[in-house]
Amino acid sequence: MNLSKILKNAFLVVIFGLIITACATKKSVKTTTEPTTTSTKAAETQKADPIEKLDALMQGDVYIGSDTVGELASGVPDRVFFATNETILTTASRETLRKQAAWLRQNSDVTVVVEGHADERGTREYNLALGERRANSAKDYLMTYGVSSDRIKVLSYGKERPVDSGSNPLSWSKNRRSVTVKEN
Amino acid sequence: MRNKILLIFVLCFFLKPGISYSLVEIDITRGNLDPLPISVSPFFSDEISKEKIKKNLDIDNLGLEISEVIQNNLRKTGLFETLEKESFLQKPDIAHLKPRFEDWALIKSQVLITGKVTSIIINEKDYIKIEFKLWDVLGAKMVDGFSLTTVPNNWRRVGHKISDKVYERLTGESGYFDTRIIYVAEEGPKTQRIKKLAIMDQDGFNTKYLTLGNELVLTPRFNPTNQMVTYLSYFRNMPRVYLLNIETGKQEVVGDFPGMTFAPRFSPDGKKIIMSLAKDGNSEIWVRNLETNIQEKITDHPSIDTSPSYSPDGKYITFNSDRSGYQQIYVMRSDGSKVKRISFGKGIYGTPVWSPRGDLIAFTKLHKGKFFIGVMRTDGTGERLLTENFYQEAPSWSPNGRIIIFYRETKTNDKGEGFSAKLWSIDLTGYNERLVITETDASDPSWSSLLGN
Repeated sequence: MNLSKILKNAFLVVIFGLIITACATKKSVKTTTEPTTTSTKAAETQKADPIEKLDALMQGDVYIGSDTVGELASGVPDRVFFATNETILTTASRETLRKQAAWLRQNSDVTVVVEGHADERGTREYNLALGERRANSAKDYLMTYGVSSDRIKVLSYGKERPVDSGSNPLSWSKNRRSVTVKEN
Repeated sequence: MRNKILLIFVLCFFLKPGISYSLVEIDITRGNLDPLPISVSPFFSDEISKEKIKKNLDIDNLGLEISEVIQNNLRKTGLFETLEKESFLQKPDIAHLKPRFEDWALIKSQVLITGKVTSIIINEKDYIKIEFKLWDVLGAKMVDGFSLTTVPNNWRRVGHKISDKVYERLTGESGYFDTRIIYVAEEGPKTQRIKKLAIMDQDGFNTKYLTLGNELVLTPRFNPTNQMVTYLSYFRNMPRVYLLNIETGKQEVVGDFPGMTFAPRFSPDGKKIIMSLAKDGNSEIWVRNLETNIQEKITDHPSIDTSPSYSPDGKYITFNSDRSGYQQIYVMRSDGSKVKRISFGKGIYGTPVWSPRGDLIAFTKLHKGKFFIGVMRTDGTGERLLTENFYQEAPSWSPNGRIIIFYRETKTNDKGEGFSAKLWSIDLTGYNERLVITETDASDPSWSSLLGN
């Protein structure tokens, strides 16, 4: 039974990944109008790792891929990503957070910690503040969709806990995130 | 000033510093100069002292070790060329009594340091007495010297005190060798770093770890008397500012506000801690008075205000804020009034730290994907970038304001391997950049003031 559950989850993740990739490919047409620096960076990364296509994984400099994304619950992604130095939620982030809010409303005994993170390209102290701001940005959105504030704690890690140890724009985009973690 | 005697655990001060001699003076404000040739003769010991010291410390030739401490300190300043001991023509004991100046001039030494280590007993306890003399080779005379008595274990510190005396005598500036550095020792993969508070002598010796690595710790900073440290700990997953007494090991939370407290630093009188409090997505600067436990909000702005640092007179605070859209450096009065932006160059600016002399602010700058450590005057003019790299930040001043220590992280390769974090130092002139050797990877250095006694 456990196995079938795992398989089902895996299947969902794959499907979800496909949807995202599909959306992303469409959007990537737009990103070609971005400043040249983006495409140069893309070229570099592609050379380094031909499997990862940067255009499909980043929109502007916000990560839109599924690598590193876990689940808060079945079909509910646990994290959202941010642009450099930004705390504004993207359309995709808001969609993810609405899913999280819906699930949290259905599971009213669950409390969560929203962990805010920054990439390594900033000073340590500023990044602690930035992570806190990002986590609160996600928290505020969850509250807007009906999750009460006493169920959401906020914890900033600044740049202390990257998920990707690379030193390139794609790795940094995965690290600029807020992750909603079940506390109980 | 030069005649001021700093040393208190001197039992026997047998040499008075001479009146000002002019010849071997070094101008350390110049960047690239010819280092002054200097000889540090091994300090000598009589056989009985040697035996006692061997028994106490398990060191065969303590006099040689002390001369090495002094030699390394002086060499690393970039101001001195320390000559090879193999080239010395005169024996240490005779040189200490009265050098044959011709022998030292022959190997092109302009300055000579000699010394003597004796084991003595006071109240049935073993002590060591260390004498040192500073000689001007060209002027053929002694220019300074002193004698210190201390417990055997303290011998490295005596080496540092002698180095400070020599530096002070030859440059006219106070030294920085009898000091410590507190920092964060790092181990493990980049995604799961284990961090501990560590303290070491300025030259990398006597490393001690103050925490076990069970919780994340960041940004330790000394108080003015070097007995207390304030830092950020993630104890119980609640990032808060703590105060640690290094001598007793006792620690307490000082930043127990609802929200995260971080970026702590002491006020110059040691009575207050300034820090940031992040709450509901906004970071402001607060001050907590350690005597009254009253905390006061200093900034009031919806932007990120952090990394505060007091001026040495305590009247002003510099900090960074992104209120203009990006991180920039600001100065305000210590009550929070008269906030003024001072950084206007290209790029973003952070981590301002006021120099102990009061005239400069050191900072980190990010521009075109590169990180710089630089300095500017306190009104923002005269910006000078000292060093450029892939990633570096967190400058901290030596107590004499001549050197800046900071940490640098390396770029990883395509597989995310090759990460390291190390301490580096650079002179205010932008010359003499050096790796500071630590037992583990290291970050967030904070330089103590001179240790006193």
